[in-house]
Amino acid sequence: MSFLSATKMTGGYGGADIIFDCDIEVEKGEIAVVVGPNGAGKSTAMKAIFGMLDLREGSVKLDGDDITHMAPQDRVRIGMGFVPQTRNVFVSLSVEENLEMGAFIRDDDIRESKEQVFELFPVLKDKRNQLAGELSGGQRQQVAVARALMTNPTLLMLDEPTAGVSPIVMDELFDRILVIAETGIAILMVEQNARHALEIADRGFVLVQGGNRYTDSGQALLANDEVRRSFLGG
Amino acid sequence: MELLNALALFANFVVVPATAYGAQLALGALGVTLIFGVLRFANFSHGELMSFGTMVTILATWFLQGQGIGIAPLPTALLALPVGIAVTVLMALATDRFVFRFYRRKRASPIVFAIVSVGVMFFLAGLIRIVIGPDDQSFADGARFIITAREFRELTGLKEGIALKQTQMFTLVIAVAVVAALFWFLQNTRAGKAMRAYSDNEDLALLSGINPERVVMIAWIITATLATVAGTLYGLDKTYKPFIFLQILLPIFAATIVGGIGQPVGAILGGFVVAYSEVMVTYAYKKLLAYLGPEGWAPEGLVQLLSTDYKFAVSFIILVVVLLIRPTGIVRGKVL
Repeated sequence: MSFLSATKMTGGYGGADIIFDCDIEVEKGEIAVVVGPNGAGKSTAMKAIFGMLDLREGSVKLDGDDITHMAPQDRVRIGMGFVPQTRNVFVSLSVEENLEMGAFIRDDDIRESKEQVFELFPVLKDKRNQLAGELSGGQRQQVAVARALMTNPTLLMLDEPTAGVSPIVMDELFDRILVIAETGIAILMVEQNARHALEIADRGFVLVQGGNRYTDSGQALLANDEVRRSFLGG
Repeated sequence: MELLNALALFANFVVVPATAYGAQLALGALGVTLIFGVLRFANFSHGELMSFGTMVTILATWFLQGQGIGIAPLPTALLALPVGIAVTVLMALATDRFVFRFYRRKRASPIVFAIVSVGVMFFLAGLIRIVIGPDDQSFADGARFIITAREFRELTGLKEGIALKQTQMFTLVIAVAVVAALFWFLQNTRAGKAMRAYSDNEDLALLSGINPERVVMIAWIITATLATVAGTLYGLDKTYKPFIFLQILLPIFAATIVGGIGQPVGAILGGFVVAYSEVMVTYAYKKLLAYLGPEGWAPEGLVQLLSTDYKFAVSFIILVVVLLIRPTGIVRGKVL
């Protein structure tokens, strides 16, 4: 079984189901990308994995432990880091305070993690005393990822990390995400820029109408004619 | 000389009382803004919480006075203040535990919370009437003045004196100390930063493992402390009138909104803006203008913009104007 394995997830926000029999898996050190058209339930699937909506059926297992009914806050403590799509930084706190809040659950020395994060995102070191709300969109995304990394996660979940940033910043962010994966963290992300994301993905999940349509390696999905025609614009 | 007299007159009747009043309002508004920042509702029970804290402080003061314990020339109430704070903190935590938490679990909307807080307000008001009664209580003892108007006149040879009451001095010193401690807490401690983070973005705070119940508890402890200090200082400065605490809600809310809701710095600025406006609009400028005008001339009327009976109207006007023109307040806060 994979490090994270979500199987047969079915559920929604109380009304009609949004995802049906949805499976998502990630291994440590791997990048898994969830793509699909608008309204396919990509973000919902992410939220389901993080416990932010009640599943009617299916289960979520992390490292073999069943966490289907665990509250989101408790998932942070067992090593799941989550970067929401919007409102993902504390705008009225400085960059450094954002990182400290990321490490709130830790009682050990966080200086080393801070240094590692600053190494990963050097621009944040220069702006450490600036309010996160005063940063550019791309820098803000970096703060958001950095905050989540400060919890020392074994699984990092990113909900459209490149939404609203320029192509250059997007390349840079993907590049950083690759570096993070190399440290052995499992990465699961939802991406709007499907083609680009699949290029760095070890595993890709194409969701359509709340269910799995294609599941394969990123390269294989890119090579798949049908996937390209339907979801990657030719 | 005339100019100096005018300045002394202005300081005595406007600057000194408005500064003391402003400090009291600022402390009150800080409590309201903190609860708004963390629990996201307008806490109408804050005035009665101030009253409750003052009442407990008065009871403790009487007990100490009965025992013959005092710290003359300082008012005994300062010695009793920690007791007032402790009991008020317990009361605030109790109302949270038995009332507000229920609605928090139900994820009630802010307007429901505000109405619930009105209920708590009436409950506290009733409790206060039962315990200490509806009458005025004077509990200030110790030396009354640091410098009287006459002493000041003799010292400087001016025609106008500046009287400085001991309570006004304390109000300012204690307010500065409390505010400094609060800001230090919010900026430098883990719990303080967590509180700011929670106020900024509740969902992300949860994702960072910040325990909301703990943040809420700390917010109530600080609010109850601020309320007791503010109420006691107000009571020392004037007298303790249980009925005044319903009225004082208006200037406190005005100060909160003028400053920017959820912004501690704004609450302080707002407190002084409202206090100075109230005092300056209701002050009769006749004598001041007589000093500043040509020799032997004096305005015919009192040159008072509004009678003091209307002083609460001033806060109301400020409130309406700010909501219309700059709803975010001086320091950009949340919009109601």
